[in-house]
Amino acid sequence: MVEEASGSEGGDRFAVAPASRRAAFFLGMRRIPVVPATILLSALMGFGALARELGYPIDQAMFVTASVFALPGQVVLIVDLAHGASLLAAAGAVTLTAIRLVPMVVVIAPLFRGSGLARGYDYLASHWVAVTLWVEGLRVLPLMPPFARLPYFLGGSLLLYLLAILATGLGHLVAGNVPDLVEAALLFLTPIYFAISLIAAARGGIGDHAALGLGLVLGPLFYLAAPGFDLLLTGLVGGTLAWAIGRAERRRAS
Amino acid sequence: MTSPAGSGLPAFLLLLAGGFLATQPWRWLGIRLARDLHVDSEIFHWARAASTAIVAALVARLMVFPAGALADLPLVVRLVAFAAGIAVYLAGGRVLLRGVGVALVVLGLGAVLFGGPN
Repeated sequence: MVEEASGSEGGDRFAVAPASRRAAFFLGMRRIPVVPATILLSALMGFGALARELGYPIDQAMFVTASVFALPGQVVLIVDLAHGASLLAAAGAVTLTAIRLVPMVVVIAPLFRGSGLARGYDYLASHWVAVTLWVEGLRVLPLMPPFARLPYFLGGSLLLYLLAILATGLGHLVAGNVPDLVEAALLFLTPIYFAISLIAAARGGIGDHAALGLGLVLGPLFYLAAPGFDLLLTGLVGGTLAWAIGRAERRRAS
Repeated sequence: MTSPAGSGLPAFLLLLAGGFLATQPWRWLGIRLARDLHVDSEIFHWARAASTAIVAALVARLMVFPAGALADLPLVVRLVAFAAGIAVYLAGGRVLLRGVGVALVVLGLGAVLFGGPN
């Protein structure tokens, strides 16, 4: 079902118009981007393994992937609750990781128009706007005729979504049944994947780097000083400081 | 081990409230606002910074205070593997898979050389 590995490269072939919305839907499924999908699914296996170590049963772990479908928020939620954060503090920290989804959706939403599908499908599609599918969508959707874009996005999203939920369960299952070294490697996937993703995304100048550095330093400090509120506090304090630094830089540049 | 979220229906409601309800409305807001919002406004710069800081804090937490079998590996092995992955990512053409792969290999080597889980 994930054949045509080369389909994730070479955007030219997307210029070929699918015959119908149905054809576009299945084309989207066949052309899920293989390398990013592999990375995402490995990271979700890591999430499943982490959930198990923190004491969550498999159904709860899979439920979090299904209902949130944004890895940073998912990890924040299960780690925060496991370290005794209240629901309010955990939800607050998750919210701070999720506000970034607003501009992401705003950017991709115009591409969902023109499909002839009911407006509700836009809102449905927005559930799968997370980094992997967003980047891929922005890359390939403009190359297709407008009627095919939303069905194409929904097809790829649906397949990757189901695989993501299964990968979470798989990670949870294997974590207790593999050599410790393999489990350690699974648990190591989340931090290294996030760290590199943050570096890759830090294109916005000094503000991004400040947020990265402040988060790395303030996170453990707040964890020791105010466990349960550490992620929320790091987001509010570190984020605001980094934003101010970035704004000063932007003003100087303009 | 009991789940931090509890069990049964209340656990799912708790996860729904802390996860889905803290995330999905933002996506819906994006669809709603797509018509007439200035994507470059300061609030989004702030949200980006707050989100980056939180994820960086998570990285630090998972590295310094890890869970499960990862905690059995010496801190220095975790840090060296982490640094190796990032260095290879930065120096090796910025390929995510390459950085992650090298970090895992170094982690495995470190475990063999310096003890830890096996």
